[in-house]
Amino acid sequence: MKMEEQPEKPRREDVCPSKKGALDLDAARDRLAEAQGPEYWRSLEELAGSPDFQEMLHREFPKGASEWLDSVSRRGFLKLMGASLAMAGMSACTKQPLEPIVPYVKQPEEVVPGRPMFFATAFTLGGYASPVLVESHLYRPTKIEGNDQHPASLGGTDIFSQASILGMYDPDRSQTVTYLGEIRSWGSLVEALRAPLNIQKGLQGAGIRILTPTVSSPTLADQLQSFLKANPQAKWHVYEPVNRDNVLEGAKLAFGQPVETRYDFSKADVILSLDADFLYAGYPGFTRYARDFAKRRNPEAGEMSRLYVAESTPSSTGAKADHRLPVRAVEIESFVRALDMMLGDDTDRSMVRAEQQKFLDAVLADLKSHRGSSAVIAGDHQPGVVHAFVHRINQTLGNLGKTVFYTDPVDANPINQAESLKDLVADMRGGKVDILIILGGNPAYDAPADFGFADALKNTSIPLRVHLGLYQNETAELCQWHVNQAHYLEAWGDGRAYDGTVSIVQPLIAPLYEGKSACELVSMLSGQADTGGHEIVQAYWKKQHPGADFDEFWRKSLHDGWIEGTTFAAKQVANKNASFPATSRADDKAIEINFRRDPSIYDGQFSNNGWLQELPKPMNKLTWDNPVLMGPAMAERMGIKTEDLVELELNGKKVTAPVWIQVGHPDNSVTVFLGYGRRRAGRVGTGAGFDIYVLRTSATPWFTSGVVIRKVGGTYKLASTQGYQTMETPTGARPLVRTASIEEYRKEPDFAREEEPPKELTLYKPYPYAAGPYAWGMTVDMNACVGCNNCVVACQSENNIAVVGKEQTVLGRHMHWIRIDSYYQGDRDNPKAYFQPVPCQQCENAPCEVVCPVGATVHSSEGLNDMVYNRCVGTRYCSDNCPYKVRRFNFLLFQDWETSQFKMMRNPDVTVRSRGVMEKCTYCVQRINEHRIDAEREDRKIRDGELQTACQQSCPANAIVFGNINDPESKVSKLKAQGRNYGLLADLNTRPRTTYLADIRNPNPELEAEHS
Amino acid sequence: MKRTKAYGLMAEFDSVNSLVDAANRTREAGYKRIDAYSPFPVEGLAEAIGFHHDEVPLVVLIGGLIGGLSGYLMQYWISVVGYPVNVGGKPYHSWPAFIVPTFELTILFAGIFAVFGMLALNGLPMPYHPVFNVPRFAFATKDRFFLIVFSSDPKYNPVEVRRLLESFGPRSISEVPD
Amino acid sequence: MDEPIETRAPVIEPGYTLGSVTDKISSIVLTRPTSNAWFVGFGLMFLLTMMLLFAMGYLFVKGVGIWGVTIPIGWGFAIVNFVWWIGIGHAGTLISAILLLLRQSWRNSINRFAEAMTLFAVACAGIFPAIHVGRPWVAYWLFPYPNTMNVWPQFRSPLVWDVFAVSTYATISALFWFIGLIPDLATLRDRSEERWKKIIYGMLAMGWRGSARHWHRYETAYLLLAGLATPLVLSVHTVVSFDFAVGIVPGWHTTIFPPYFVAGAIYSGFAMVLMLAIPIRKIYKLEDFITERHLQNSAKVMLATGLIVAYGYGIEAFMGWYSGNRYDAFLLWNRLHGPYSFFYYMLLICNLGIPQVLWISKLRSSPLWLFLVSLVVLVGMWLERFIIVVVSLHRDFLTSSWGMYYPTRWDWMTYIGTIGMFLAAMFLFVRILPMISIFEMRTLLPEAEVKE
Repeated sequence: MKMEEQPEKPRREDVCPSKKGALDLDAARDRLAEAQGPEYWRSLEELAGSPDFQEMLHREFPKGASEWLDSVSRRGFLKLMGASLAMAGMSACTKQPLEPIVPYVKQPEEVVPGRPMFFATAFTLGGYASPVLVESHLYRPTKIEGNDQHPASLGGTDIFSQASILGMYDPDRSQTVTYLGEIRSWGSLVEALRAPLNIQKGLQGAGIRILTPTVSSPTLADQLQSFLKANPQAKWHVYEPVNRDNVLEGAKLAFGQPVETRYDFSKADVILSLDADFLYAGYPGFTRYARDFAKRRNPEAGEMSRLYVAESTPSSTGAKADHRLPVRAVEIESFVRALDMMLGDDTDRSMVRAEQQKFLDAVLADLKSHRGSSAVIAGDHQPGVVHAFVHRINQTLGNLGKTVFYTDPVDANPINQAESLKDLVADMRGGKVDILIILGGNPAYDAPADFGFADALKNTSIPLRVHLGLYQNETAELCQWHVNQAHYLEAWGDGRAYDGTVSIVQPLIAPLYEGKSACELVSMLSGQADTGGHEIVQAYWKKQHPGADFDEFWRKSLHDGWIEGTTFAAKQVANKNASFPATSRADDKAIEINFRRDPSIYDGQFSNNGWLQELPKPMNKLTWDNPVLMGPAMAERMGIKTEDLVELELNGKKVTAPVWIQVGHPDNSVTVFLGYGRRRAGRVGTGAGFDIYVLRTSATPWFTSGVVIRKVGGTYKLASTQGYQTMETPTGARPLVRTASIEEYRKEPDFAREEEPPKELTLYKPYPYAAGPYAWGMTVDMNACVGCNNCVVACQSENNIAVVGKEQTVLGRHMHWIRIDSYYQGDRDNPKAYFQPVPCQQCENAPCEVVCPVGATVHSSEGLNDMVYNRCVGTRYCSDNCPYKVRRFNFLLFQDWETSQFKMMRNPDVTVRSRGVMEKCTYCVQRINEHRIDAEREDRKIRDGELQTACQQSCPANAIVFGNINDPESKVSKLKAQGRNYGLLADLNTRPRTTYLADIRNPNPELEAEHS
Repeated sequence: MKRTKAYGLMAEFDSVNSLVDAANRTREAGYKRIDAYSPFPVEGLAEAIGFHHDEVPLVVLIGGLIGGLSGYLMQYWISVVGYPVNVGGKPYHSWPAFIVPTFELTILFAGIFAVFGMLALNGLPMPYHPVFNVPRFAFATKDRFFLIVFSSDPKYNPVEVRRLLESFGPRSISEVPD
Repeated sequence: MDEPIETRAPVIEPGYTLGSVTDKISSIVLTRPTSNAWFVGFGLMFLLTMMLLFAMGYLFVKGVGIWGVTIPIGWGFAIVNFVWWIGIGHAGTLISAILLLLRQSWRNSINRFAEAMTLFAVACAGIFPAIHVGRPWVAYWLFPYPNTMNVWPQFRSPLVWDVFAVSTYATISALFWFIGLIPDLATLRDRSEERWKKIIYGMLAMGWRGSARHWHRYETAYLLLAGLATPLVLSVHTVVSFDFAVGIVPGWHTTIFPPYFVAGAIYSGFAMVLMLAIPIRKIYKLEDFITERHLQNSAKVMLATGLIVAYGYGIEAFMGWYSGNRYDAFLLWNRLHGPYSFFYYMLLICNLGIPQVLWISKLRSSPLWLFLVSLVVLVGMWLERFIIVVVSLHRDFLTSSWGMYYPTRWDWMTYIGTIGMFLAAMFLFVRILPMISIFEMRTLLPEAEVKE
């Protein structure tokens, strides 16, 4: 298998993956060139069937031992894979979708080469749509931004939507319809289904089962409903591994009906989170919640809110807490029960452990004194009872309608998903299923272990099993038919945001591989095989919005990114139950295990996304793996060290995984993240981490006691990007994150300012930055930052930053231009935690520049520390001399220069770096220049706020502010004037342009007293 | 057949002292164009054959000056005139930083001038030289010492010179063919 | 510390004449048959050199990522070895230049191969900065050559200073070494039997005939060159130390570096001289020329420079404590208790502890002991550079960015490869050129005295 550049038609290659084949198959390409119709596919099949191609597809990563230099040869191998797979997308060239799509900004309506256009659409995860704007260069979507007009986004995004762009261009995506692993056409599937569907008509569809993930799309829901009307006996099942069954149960318990709970943290003075990680991506409404929360954490603007967190797995929400109580997940219930009773003037706290009572009292007092301006929120993985209690507590506190709202559920089919899947499996085993349609998802991998779904799929003889999916995953493997799904950026659809607002999903590009959307598949089932997604979605909304002005309505909806008046109104619901049944409480001896969605790859559906795989998890900076998180005390008791391999045994099932000692983790309890150990994820995700789903049962999907942990000997290397997570050193603490309580801050507003040598203390004449029109600067507000990692992915996407793989990450060669340092402080069992995003500090006296022998990094007149890639010879002296270690070096050819999909994905305004050069944050200089050109054309200066860096733009909490510090009126200048503004390591006289706003906490004096 | 003119008369000595002594007396006898050969540098021998002014130091000085000046000016031109950029807030003319290359270039040029200047002044390389025609001259690089009176000397007269040289009691006397 | 004059060993054993000295040294090159041992030794070193080329080849194909370097430890073995080799080189120039100015005539019998050693060491050193960059094919951008882009080097960078210092040093050393050879090449020309040898040596000798005029200019030039080389050799390691001292990294940013780098360089240099001299004088029966006296003196130089280095360590540690700077204080702690502390203690033992045995005169004159001590010192000095480069970098200002450095097999192959290249060159040198300066040895003989 050799790779070679194709000299002919380079221009076309750039936009057309089909022309670029690094798989040594020129012959095949020629064959394909003249081959038509079926031949075309057959020859493709031959191609796909060629032994070496197969060998590459199925070959696991080469074992390091056999390689002279594992990581290096590994990368070579990866690129080879990428290049070869790009081949399979023969038919796709980038073209605009046939149907009219509406750009977000008025000017320009039409394409101007070199000028990006923006389109509003929505990214859906777990049924909840996140409204986004997509930057498009010549019909190539390149970057996801938040929809600043949309109430659920206000410009912010989350890591999953940011990274979805890579998902679309992923060369490992399933690229054709297949039957038993052999390539077929959509037409042949339609053919194959016609007869069976007709038979089912007679049986009222008794043998038809449709399994979907959570559906909030009105169109799809409507299609399915009408399909069920046509086939009354057919059933629609819903399952997602990360579902909200508990929330549903809670609502049913409290109100007897499913409701959506919505919070307004901007109005909450006191917040109590019971194991709810609402400040991290994946929690419905996170983007908006982070914004509202941050708004109330600004000591300059009014009263700071106070956050109490009682949680099991340490989370970024816990890190932001003013008071955090580590409790085993199982104990939350008794905690909330006690809270509920004590609100009702009951003083029996016996059910809460002694060490928790003080916390309980403080919370109680605070909540009581903030009736109507407090909020209690429970985590999705807490049982329904807890949610029911929380509903009642919020009611008792009079928070309803003020900080807590109830609306109709966003989920179009709010049923207990575990039950739903259980019934399906029962039917499958009972031989009741003739046609099984799986619309996305990967149940064969992530269904509860006790269902044995995969086994049922394999061993029950269901005549027709059809799987629609983005990947040829574990489930596709067990279905005869697989349909390559169209990515949301390729297909029409719609979906509801956490507040019910509907967004039309409009495609940015014609499907790269002629994939089909769920809507299109369903309409095929109901006999309209060739109705396009556009028709389907528009047809549905015509029904909803009849009348002459439909085109106007449609156009506006597409343009704005949401449909007016679809936001759910808050509704009154009455609490029915007086008492809620106690779920049996586990004994304190037994070890508890928590299953959590992974902070980076969610439930596993993103495991082939390199950006997310390499994204450091907020609390331990781990990448590429899901170790067993265990508290230090417990680890000591068991004589386990980080990276030791242990065996987890839970009701007979065993999994071997390494341990990571996670400070702040409750004792006698461990956490493992879901989504790893994939067998058929693709070249990035396959083989990473350990599959924990095998231990997860429908009865206890989130946590259970009684897991047995055995040390099996041996260790396993884990890739953390921050080895040392404290500012303490044996010779004293370092003032990196500067923090104070609100009282201290009020007393001494500029406590953070210290050690900065006066500006005039220099032998040289300072460079006259003030003379120029602009001097760029940035502030990072550590009060606002919730450590959600969004800036990291946004930067990676904006600046074409490479993914380096696990081996290189272990060596410390990750490439992120902005990283989030997280530090722990104090008691290891319940430490305070801080987040500090660190991009290049753009020092005015940059130590890196002085030592560069070739002047490859020099200063611009606007104070930017510029990197001149093509001048860099790669001495790495600058990095050695950078006190912030923000410089990143291409030790090898980290960028994938072969895979044509990636060529299409990259930001054309940013150089793709090659091997041997240094790179680092540029303050998004490409954006600065774009806006400067605009401003100059209009003969004006760049307005404050019109220019945003990628990290700033994506930040849901508005923690990052960038602007012109020559303009005293600019937001950034004002922030830099604040007392809590300080420069990191400013005592070195580097004069950083990036400065930090100290972290001010708002602790409860009573609890504080105990601490000190 | 006509006899070719001799290049000079050469006397061979066993010891360095007799050479120095002979050289002195030959010079005192009024011969200007004489030379002495020894296997190692001999103190006073140069004076003995009347060689006084040595230009090597001057050459080295010139080299050093060229190196130093060009070095500093190059850096100045590059950093201030040709390619001025703001590097870490330092002034364009960061003279303290320029000292090192200036110094090194001074040494470099001075050294090169010293070596090649010396060779040039010595007329080296010179693969052929008449004295090599004397077979015994091979010992001039081992343990023998030679004194030669060139025929180009105004007072040169084969007979008298031979008599003079014989008076020093040399090991041998041989005529150096041209 | 010095013994009375009369008991001191002579610079050259009595009984030698101009002829016998000449014959003894030139015969090693001209008549002595090449032993099988030489072929074996040279062969091995040649293989190591090939290994070096292989390692470099793979490096050029893949990139510096095959080494252990990473962020924050951007410099690893390459720079450690570079400084180590450069340091070793210094002894040669010191012996040939400084001792010449100081009229230390005992140097005459060791300066020739000491200079050769310098040359080869600098060659080894020069490899590393060139190949350690990310894009070696553009390493020449560090030189100020006129180009159409009109971009130039950045003269505030110590790396550019390095380029000038090291290239000057290499040039001057080569010239110095070569003109020292000219008279001896003439001797070889006249001594050798075979015609082809006569031609080759003759061309190299450039027609040297030992004229009094030539000798006079020759000596002036030689002396001036020595005068130039002396500040040069001091400047070179000073500049190398600037690579670190100019940086702001704790453990680098130190004013003590220049003197203590120079001392360390001479320290390791003399160690290498002894490690070469001791076997050579044994194998080639040169004990009469490289006498106990030389061993004694070299040992004393090592002792002295070793103490200067010790002072350097002391001041570093003291400043770490006295400055009150939290980063320097931690650096000291990290050296003593950090993950690399073992190497720091090894360094103290190798450079401060063991060499103190040289206070004992008996051991100073025992070839075996000197050989072993020199070996220890060379290891110690390598460790010193490792501590300075790696240990300073791996834990600097932000605790979040601390890291570890693990050399790969490619690091080791490159390092050992240069040792092979160095020794291979030495093997060739002793076979084809007089390893002792014949004409300078002649001047040491009684018959060379001119009586007034």
